[in-house]
Amino acid sequence: MARVGSTAPSEALICLRGVAKGYRRGSEDLHVLTDVNLDVESGEFVALMGPSGSGKSTLLNLIGGLDVPSAGTIRVAGDAITALSRARLTAWRARHVGFVFQMYNLIPVLSAFRNVELPLLLLPLSKAERRERVATALRVVGLADRMDHKPRELSGGQQQRVAIARAIVADPTFLLCDEPTGDLDRHSADEILEMLHHLVAEFGKTVLMVTHDPRAAARAQVTFHLDKGELS
Amino acid sequence: MRFLPLVAANLLRKKARTLLTAASFAVALFLFCLLVTIRAAFNQGIDAAGADRIFVTNRTSLIQPLPLAYRDQILKLPGVEAVTYANWFGGVYQDPKNFFPQFAVDKDTYRDMYGEFRIDDAAWQAFLADRTAAIAGATLAERFGWKVGDRVPIQGTIFTGEWNFHLVGIYEGSKPTDDLTQFWFRSDYLLENLPEGYPDGLIGWYVVRIAPGADLVEVCKRIDERFANSAWETRAQSEKALAASFVKQMGNIETLMLAVGAVVVFTLLLVTGNTMAGAVRERTSELAVLKAIGYGDRFVLGLVLAEALGIALLGGVAGTALAKAFTLGGDPTGGLLPVFYLPDGGAVAALALALAVGLAAGLAPALQAARLDVATALRRL
Repeated sequence: MARVGSTAPSEALICLRGVAKGYRRGSEDLHVLTDVNLDVESGEFVALMGPSGSGKSTLLNLIGGLDVPSAGTIRVAGDAITALSRARLTAWRARHVGFVFQMYNLIPVLSAFRNVELPLLLLPLSKAERRERVATALRVVGLADRMDHKPRELSGGQQQRVAIARAIVADPTFLLCDEPTGDLDRHSADEILEMLHHLVAEFGKTVLMVTHDPRAAARAQVTFHLDKGELS
Repeated sequence: MRFLPLVAANLLRKKARTLLTAASFAVALFLFCLLVTIRAAFNQGIDAAGADRIFVTNRTSLIQPLPLAYRDQILKLPGVEAVTYANWFGGVYQDPKNFFPQFAVDKDTYRDMYGEFRIDDAAWQAFLADRTAAIAGATLAERFGWKVGDRVPIQGTIFTGEWNFHLVGIYEGSKPTDDLTQFWFRSDYLLENLPEGYPDGLIGWYVVRIAPGADLVEVCKRIDERFANSAWETRAQSEKALAASFVKQMGNIETLMLAVGAVVVFTLLLVTGNTMAGAVRERTSELAVLKAIGYGDRFVLGLVLAEALGIALLGGVAGTALAKAFTLGGDPTGGLLPVFYLPDGGAVAALALALAVGLAAGLAPALQAARLDVATALRRL
């Protein structure tokens, strides 16, 4: 089960030890994260909560290899990602991480199909293989009949489902969801949360979700709180 | 190839903007091609000039004549293989605006001297058989809709009176730089029908072909020395040097045209480049997402450059094709630029310029996109 605060060696899927992140703004040093220790096992649905500016998204970025910590180590599936170069980190993200953002961040000029296909273009797959995997991912999120629609032709909830399909299509090691329901109405938000739960329960995916919403966090198996850079 | 839909979709994101940007490129490249064409037109005489031909004029001025009697004396000089001569006629066909060069030429030697012009044998035989015969360049004949057999009346200005010619042939060139706007008629027709009071036995200039292996400079020297201190001193120079001196006289006009054109082209390209850079900047968030899901710095760099080059190529090809089509219509100035064509090298240079500007315009935003810090960019979303 996911836990925080342990400094003992761990075989967890995601393992953070002594992670800190700081920025320098002018002459001031900002400490966003301080000595974070976190273990997340494979197949868990973990929520991270905390007030604005508490460092939730920063922590998510570090685990997702979008940013590097000022101190500490991050191991994911045995890889010490803190030791990887920028280029190798990019390749690592393509293989291991599926991102779901608050504002969906689909490419507006591409159809749902093409958006979901994007991560697959980086893999050595034939056109037929890509087509099959995109169709499967869209079927999982219930949008098989919307694959030719552009994002503007879809509702917010549908766009987020396309984003989830994009996140899972390359079968990543884990999903990072940054406020995935933050821009949705209650009904759509519930659908998205149900879908994430389904991915964990049925497909054994590992999900880390940042949220402000206690109802969203309630769907996770474990919820951690971040406040002033400290995880509890 | 698998990324082509992504490039195409981005280009078609704002169709009007892409179209207008490509159109700006097209206009700039069209102008560039016209400048290349104008430059080639100004310099065509140098390109077309024979490397083994000497042009002999009166030392005082090109418009002063030389005695016809010099022909045999020149022919006897060492290093001289052949001699021909011609006169500038300077007549008006229907309207002074219809300018074209008219030469009274020696029927026995002119064709042999200018082998680059293609005239069929039957036409030349007709030229030899008819004292009023004339031969026109293909471009000139097309300009006025002349056909073989037509009568062409020309009002003399230097040699006054109305002169009627019988068009017996049309000549073609063997290379694009050959001037196809000339009008030749027989010099014996002119010399035997000179208006009253004109001195007899004078011609406009000689053209000399040197023998194989002869030193052109040396032969020029011999010709000028042969007639030194005579009443009709000569000035012999290579045909290329003469053509270059004409270009030099026109140099200021050419420079002015090229300078103005270059400023217009450069300004258009700057505007185009700025538009393209702006189009990339507004997509920062999308590029950040691409990088987040695993697209590397080099890919993003390539994607942005591919889009810039796509627009540049589209506009470049359109502009160059338009310019080519325009120049195929021939001299738009009515005689100032008789050889008006876009050289192949010019078209290639235009496309290379388009790609270079596309690359330059796309490079800054592409590098910016490649260096984009994903976490920072995503925080701004």
